[in-house]
Amino acid sequence: MEAYDLNQTHIIIPPEEIALSTKQLQVYYGHNQQPSMTNASLSFPRFQITALIGASGSGKSTYLRALNRMNDRIARVDGEIRYRGTNINSPKVNVYEVRKHIGMVFQKPNPFAKSISENITFALKAAGITNRQELSNRVETSLKEAALWDEVKDSLNKSALSLSGGQQQRLCIARAIAMKPDILLLDEPASALDPISTTKLEVTLKELTKKYTIIIVTHNMEQASRISTYTAFFHLGHVLEYDQTEKIFQTPEIQATHDYVTGNFG
Amino acid sequence: MTPNQTDRIATQLINFLVLIVVLILLFLLGDIIFSGFPHVSWHFLTSPSSSFSAGGGIRDQLFNSLYLLVLTLLISFPLALGSAIYLSEYAGNNWRTGLIRTAIEVLSSLPSVVVGLFGYLLFVISFHIGFSILSGAIALTFFNLPLLVRSIEGSLHAVPDSQREAGIALGLSNWRTIRGIILPAALPGILTGIILSAGRVFGEAAALIYTAGQSAPILNYADWNPTDGSSFLNPMRPAETLAVHIWKVNTEGVTPDAVSVSAGASAVLIIVILIFNFGARAIGNHLYKKMTGGK
Repeated sequence: MEAYDLNQTHIIIPPEEIALSTKQLQVYYGHNQQPSMTNASLSFPRFQITALIGASGSGKSTYLRALNRMNDRIARVDGEIRYRGTNINSPKVNVYEVRKHIGMVFQKPNPFAKSISENITFALKAAGITNRQELSNRVETSLKEAALWDEVKDSLNKSALSLSGGQQQRLCIARAIAMKPDILLLDEPASALDPISTTKLEVTLKELTKKYTIIIVTHNMEQASRISTYTAFFHLGHVLEYDQTEKIFQTPEIQATHDYVTGNFG
Repeated sequence: MTPNQTDRIATQLINFLVLIVVLILLFLLGDIIFSGFPHVSWHFLTSPSSSFSAGGGIRDQLFNSLYLLVLTLLISFPLALGSAIYLSEYAGNNWRTGLIRTAIEVLSSLPSVVVGLFGYLLFVISFHIGFSILSGAIALTFFNLPLLVRSIEGSLHAVPDSQREAGIALGLSNWRTIRGIILPAALPGILTGIILSAGRVFGEAAALIYTAGQSAPILNYADWNPTDGSSFLNPMRPAETLAVHIWKVNTEGVTPDAVSVSAGASAVLIIVILIFNFGARAIGNHLYKKMTGGK
């Protein structure tokens, strides 16, 4: 692989209202002295989709998982994560609360071995919502927002594991947005799906920006250019470039970004 | 030799070895069931055993075995569940968990007669519990624990990590995730483990001779007060189980029909254990289908 200058970066701050931002975020796995993610400072605009792209091992998933403190048990995370004026990377912050505001959808669909409606209500009940009317409202609204309602409205008591992969992934999105989060983090949500399900998912995500801020990790560059407004390019644990998606794909400032988006990489 | 030939020879050899295993099992089961089943009758199952005259049954022994099994599970299941959850969900991979795992391995390889004598000295003599179902259940817990811990831990491990992440990402606590998501998903495996370990407990004899005792006092099945001496529910009474009965009839039985009693009791024992095994499979499959919507 060509050795790019990791200190030469081009990172903008979007003019829109910022929903979440990080300052000098570093992630260390295990007892490693070398951080897996170095000095990532990014700002994510509200009600937009921001894509994180880069090769495998570039640190984009590591970075994403740090945002709602999913790395807490396996890694040390230094630096600041600013959300509504507080640094949510502080040990004093209630992580369970953080994760209710910043939801996450994973690479492989991971519905619980429960019925479709229980998949959504389980965490709601744990969060103290017991009113049956409220629960069934949330099930319906979140399934509609995730564009799954029409397909499952007559089988809400069927096991979620009987759904197709694409439906399972949309159920996972419904499950996350039923908690009424501000921000949705998606870690390559379409990598296990067929092209039709992927398209459906992308349409759903676009629709969701009316109410949610979305940050998505993707391997698929067409996907990034189709759905996102801003794109960050990750390389070897560094963010090298962050700008409007169009700019990243057409006139990137950094050589590595150019090589990556044109396919001349590695 | 061509690769094709070697492959054919290896396959045949492996098939032959499997055949031997299956034949041994079929021969054993067939022999026990065919020679014992003719002696099993409703009368045999429902009348008390007799010490000197012919015509005794195994009613109390059969009940004792089942009761002992229930008590053993009541003691060992909560302990095993807690340890398995600790090992699978909380403990990291360090010297302490290594030590616990080794302890469990050692526990599972203790000879049953040694555990029986240990139980005799400690519970029966030192603690003055006497020959009783309770002493027997505690001794059997020693065998049951390692089997249960390992099978439950295995079932918990088989639940993919993505399920834990899903729970955590929804703002659930670790414990809530384990209780509400991981345990239900592991339930078919846990249940199968319980039932299979039950078979082992049901057939155990050596550890019970010195703990639950070898006498079967007349039981009053109408007395539901567990504190009464003759109540069938009294855990402090001595209780000869089916497996111990078979051993006793064969070694010191003086009834004229000792051979047929032993054969019949063996057949019943084997059949009950087979029911456990097939039941475990059926229940596990059923639960799995129910949770996955038949897929």
